[in-house]
Amino acid sequence: MTKNNASKQARLNSFRELGIVAAFFLILAVLVILSPNSFARPTNLINILKQASINGILATGMMFVIISGGIDLSVGSTVALAGVIAATYAHPGEYPLVVPIALSMLVGLAAGIANGLIVAFGNIPPFIVSLGSMTIIRGLALIASNGQPVFNVTKAFENIAGGFVLQYIPHLVIFFLSVTAISAFVLTRTVFGRRVYAVGGNEATAKVSGINVNMIKIGVYSISGFLAGLAGLLLASRIVSGNPTAGQSYELDAIAAAVIGGVSMTGGAGKWYGTVIGALIIAVIGNGLDILNVSSHFQLIIKGTIIIVAVLLDVKGKGNQ
Amino acid sequence: MSKTILETQHITKSFFGVKVLDDISFSLASGEVHALIGENGAGKSTLVKIIMGIYQRDEGRIFLDSEEVFFQAPRDALQHGISIIQQELAPIMDIDVAEYLYVGRELHKLELGPLSVVDQRRQRAEAKALFEGLDIDINPRSLMRDLSVAQMQLVEITKAISLSSKIIIMDEPTSAITYKEVETLFEQIRKLKKRGVGVIYISHKMEEIFTIADRITVLRDGKHIGTDLAENFTVDKAIKMMVGREIKEVYPKQKVAIGEPVLEVQHLSSKHQFHDINFCLRKGEILGIAGLVGAGRSELVECIFGITKADEGRVLVHGQAVQINHPKTAIRQRVALITEDRGHTGLNLKTSVEHNISLAHLERLARFGVIDRRTEAKAADSHINQLKIKALSRKSLVRSLSGGNQQKVVLAKWLLTEPDIIILDEPTRGIDVGSKRDIYLLMGELAKAGKAILMISSEIPELMGLSDRIIVLAAGRLTGELPQEKFTQEEIMTYASKFEVLHDEK
Repeated sequence: MTKNNASKQARLNSFRELGIVAAFFLILAVLVILSPNSFARPTNLINILKQASINGILATGMMFVIISGGIDLSVGSTVALAGVIAATYAHPGEYPLVVPIALSMLVGLAAGIANGLIVAFGNIPPFIVSLGSMTIIRGLALIASNGQPVFNVTKAFENIAGGFVLQYIPHLVIFFLSVTAISAFVLTRTVFGRRVYAVGGNEATAKVSGINVNMIKIGVYSISGFLAGLAGLLLASRIVSGNPTAGQSYELDAIAAAVIGGVSMTGGAGKWYGTVIGALIIAVIGNGLDILNVSSHFQLIIKGTIIIVAVLLDVKGKGNQ
Repeated sequence: MSKTILETQHITKSFFGVKVLDDISFSLASGEVHALIGENGAGKSTLVKIIMGIYQRDEGRIFLDSEEVFFQAPRDALQHGISIIQQELAPIMDIDVAEYLYVGRELHKLELGPLSVVDQRRQRAEAKALFEGLDIDINPRSLMRDLSVAQMQLVEITKAISLSSKIIIMDEPTSAITYKEVETLFEQIRKLKKRGVGVIYISHKMEEIFTIADRITVLRDGKHIGTDLAENFTVDKAIKMMVGREIKEVYPKQKVAIGEPVLEVQHLSSKHQFHDINFCLRKGEILGIAGLVGAGRSELVECIFGITKADEGRVLVHGQAVQINHPKTAIRQRVALITEDRGHTGLNLKTSVEHNISLAHLERLARFGVIDRRTEAKAADSHINQLKIKALSRKSLVRSLSGGNQQKVVLAKWLLTEPDIIILDEPTRGIDVGSKRDIYLLMGELAKAGKAILMISSEIPELMGLSDRIIVLAAGRLTGELPQEKFTQEEIMTYASKFEVLHDEK
């Protein structure tokens, strides 16, 4: 029985993992057929990668948090706060470029550490903690900017996200790929990564096995906060300003990407490449439907349906085990 | 002989293609106590769950008063006068006894369908009358929460009687109650017999079975091994039928030279859990901890392992006082704890065998925080072989393994940390006979290799068969210590029930 079950399970798992990749290529194929001239152009494909980048970076941080059994609703607000801070220190002739870069990421990191500390030691559900901090951080972003967008940034600042490598590849995409590569390594090869899975899989077992559960929790929220800071910097650079109302509902897109990619909301399971595919699917659909002139109202319905179907497949897959 | 009220014929049941019951025929006469015995996993609970309609049989027939019945759910069984008192009582804690007795069939003073008004006064009066009739001293107005486990069981029995049950199934009713309370329970069972009620009595405790049972049926690995009048049985014969071997073979105890103390516990106390515990564990020794459920045994070892904090006292490892306030410190001191509940605190069921085995040892499998996956795989494979873990590969999900193999994965995880002191909390609960034997053999090997082993078990024969020495806890206090030559069930149970004295003094 064990033998049959195990192989059945292995097949099922690989089917599920292949399933999401297959779904991605299916969507891609349909769009290529429907719009061979606009959608399939190399510049548009690179554009899709660019559009997936900021959400992809946030989703990567979110993946760490969700695998550990938590949730971080504050990343959208952190994007705004980090962006406002970055733009404030990026006016021409004031500070070297490194200042806004370092500050935005430090702000994100600080927000993450605060979330982590409260989740770990306050014994409050992460949903509540990050719901509260989401509101607080949004308030901080509005205070820091007097409620107005911060304009007038240097060319060099604009170039952080807006520039290209080898003329064609946007910096944004490089950031996205680097974050993904490092995260994949941390998650699959390091002691820390393994412990993130262990804490999300069974916290009590993790503790009895000698894992400092609180440190792991602080770690994952710090990663999520840091990456939100980075995303905020990139967004501010891209829109050439720091906007205190930017990043609204970004946390939901990040959660959606992780969930579509098969990260389990109950913790303990999920693959880095699933999250990448999840972010790409969201971008591809947005881009493709735009090209096909589908109204943004309908796009919402399609995006929502995909989230539910993806999780439905996930639940069904587990039910069969 | 009185008339047969329940009969099962050729019951067969499989879960996931594994036969857990194979052609079981069983009968119960009115006024009879019929004991159902067998090791964990023998199929006792499955059989009574089929009788209750909780599970559906694959094959076979069930007759109640010579009429065939097909129960789809427990309420069908209840309506036909069959009640069950489960091993793990799960009463509703925040209502009073009278309400509990009538939950789901409340007495109404105003009939308004779902909005009917409950007649509390009449329920209390009826409850009082019921208790008086049974000579049970429980106030119908007490909250369930405030009752002892034994009192809750008496309430369950009263409930079964008030439902005019003809058949009452008791699944390990004495696992959490004292000697004295067992007597009270037996008095009630004798009264039930006089009323013509048939009782199916499941227990591990031989002396109880020989005190109360009229007939005994032995199951082993889902098969019917034999049924006979209790007077035709002896303890040895019963155990031999249960395990299929002679008792000496069941507990393969090796002769090991016992060395210096490695773990000393001095005046260890934790509020409301245990008080002033002193003992010493030596190299090569297997020290058993006996006690009733709730005596504080698990709490004690969890405290030693640093999961909870002690209020007073200290722990010495290899003669050195150590502050263990987190399991990671315990692991560093080369202490391992195989917890009682592998699903909740032993395993991460969402991941593979390999990742479970390496979990407590990751730091030493890594360089600069990066796991050496080849070493990890080697370690996992060698432990899978050494412990004969039956899994397709180290990558199999631990969830897909049987209980016994899951338990071996937990053991492998802790052996990988190379402990000197191994604490086992109910290491053989809910696992099959073969795995049990493997674990017993392993314990012997470990002791021989100079490890010190501390074992908690509720199965007294197991404790007696494996330990060099047994300490007994009752209500959080150490009430006795027995050397091997003084091991008897009676002695151990006397010490385990000793806290009644403390209660009475208050």
